[in-house]
Amino acid sequence: MRVGVLAVQGAFARHGVALAELGVEPRFVRTPADLVEVQALVMPGGESTAMSRLLTTSGLFDAVQERLNAGMPVFGTCAGMILLASEVLDGRADQRSFSAIDLTVRRNGYGRQVDSFEQDLTVEGLAEPFHAVFIRAPVVTRVGPQAEVLAEYEGVPVLVRQGGVTVASFHPELTEDHRLHAQFLQEVG
Amino acid sequence: MTQDLSGTKQTGTIAVKRGLAEMLKGGVIMDVVTPEHAKIAEDSGAVAVMALERVPADIRVQGGVARMSDPDMIEGIKAVVSIPMMAKARIGHFVEAQILQALGVDYIDESEVLTPADEAHHIDKFAFTVPFVCGATNLGEALRRISEGACLIRSKGEAGTGNIVEAVRHLRSIIGDIRRITQADAAELFDWAKKLQAPLPLVQEIAETGWLQVPLFCAGGIATPADAALAMQLGAESVFVGSGIFKSSEPEKRAKAIVEATTHFRDADILAKVSRGLGEPMTGIGMDQIVTKLADRGW
Repeated sequence: MRVGVLAVQGAFARHGVALAELGVEPRFVRTPADLVEVQALVMPGGESTAMSRLLTTSGLFDAVQERLNAGMPVFGTCAGMILLASEVLDGRADQRSFSAIDLTVRRNGYGRQVDSFEQDLTVEGLAEPFHAVFIRAPVVTRVGPQAEVLAEYEGVPVLVRQGGVTVASFHPELTEDHRLHAQFLQEVG
Repeated sequence: MTQDLSGTKQTGTIAVKRGLAEMLKGGVIMDVVTPEHAKIAEDSGAVAVMALERVPADIRVQGGVARMSDPDMIEGIKAVVSIPMMAKARIGHFVEAQILQALGVDYIDESEVLTPADEAHHIDKFAFTVPFVCGATNLGEALRRISEGACLIRSKGEAGTGNIVEAVRHLRSIIGDIRRITQADAAELFDWAKKLQAPLPLVQEIAETGWLQVPLFCAGGIATPADAALAMQLGAESVFVGSGIFKSSEPEKRAKAIVEATTHFRDADILAKVSRGLGEPMTGIGMDQIVTKLADRGW
């Protein structure tokens, strides 16, 4: 099984390290040709507006959309959550998203960098708390009826799943704790 | 700063400071001097903007003391972009840094491009919630900055020249020494720490991990998509472009091309495609024409 990490921009290398430590050699995806070789995809944190632009210019946007429509499992963190959401607030007018999960997010909703924070979370399906790093993170403002909330912070969803699509407003790739990556790999099978 | 696992919310930690640098990887950070520039940068796919009053090429020509930008100018740029914003403080000028933090800047560049305020000390960067990027010409300088709390290192190059030669020298020096340290035995690491004038534990950590403690970006002299890809292939993880964009004849085209080149830095077909029809690059200057080498500032 080949797992890809979207690598047009952002913290893709750290996701690659997490996957490699779990025994899965990641494939970094920058072009439609790279995408053909993967069965599942991780969308990293980064700058969602820059990623949206690079997805379009590389021809990857349509290719990824097609694969998502066909049910490719995907794990999106921070900017990845924004890219997968059905509605984005405070984004750029030309910013595109895949609408793979019924969710509204507000970009940079937790504030600027001085407001970035770390916080322990209780996560559905994990016995021990998960230490989460939030960086200029998006805030979930609405969750669709089909989506399942797996973790909350101050009553706001921060980890949400709908079918094969899992999104986090924080960065599991920035810590040594790979339990969420392991869960994703398990679902991918 | 220690990591508290008790569950209380913490800001300004090493993890969130270095974390933002991770998010900027594979991207282009562009120098901007007006809100119009800032819009062009964001439209072109910049991952962050660096707000300053004069680009390095103009600082070089006009001379005088170069200082932190006017807060009104920083607010003006902050108002028009949604991507992270950086701003420069003078080396050692911790009050400029305090002001920039109060303005809500996302990263502070303690920069040799501005006139240094202290000829012995850099800013104690642990004292701030906002993260800092610092320049380095070699590994020792990089590790000294990291030991002061820098969460991102950029190779200095020579700002405002449009000449990549110094950036290449600095990147090769930093990354070459990292490679050599990974080959050293435990006893040799003491000598490395002495030679680099850097804290031994940081040198030992590099020997173990094979990389810097923080991301390494490239700055100073990038003028073309090929320059950006060269820096990336040499091992930089992102690029800063200063005068290279807004001193060229068609800034928007060039900015977009440099963004593409930074993502597809190993794909020569894409690099060939995006390098076409960009108009005139900035003229640039040879190193033998330079009176003041900005890279020499910093201790």
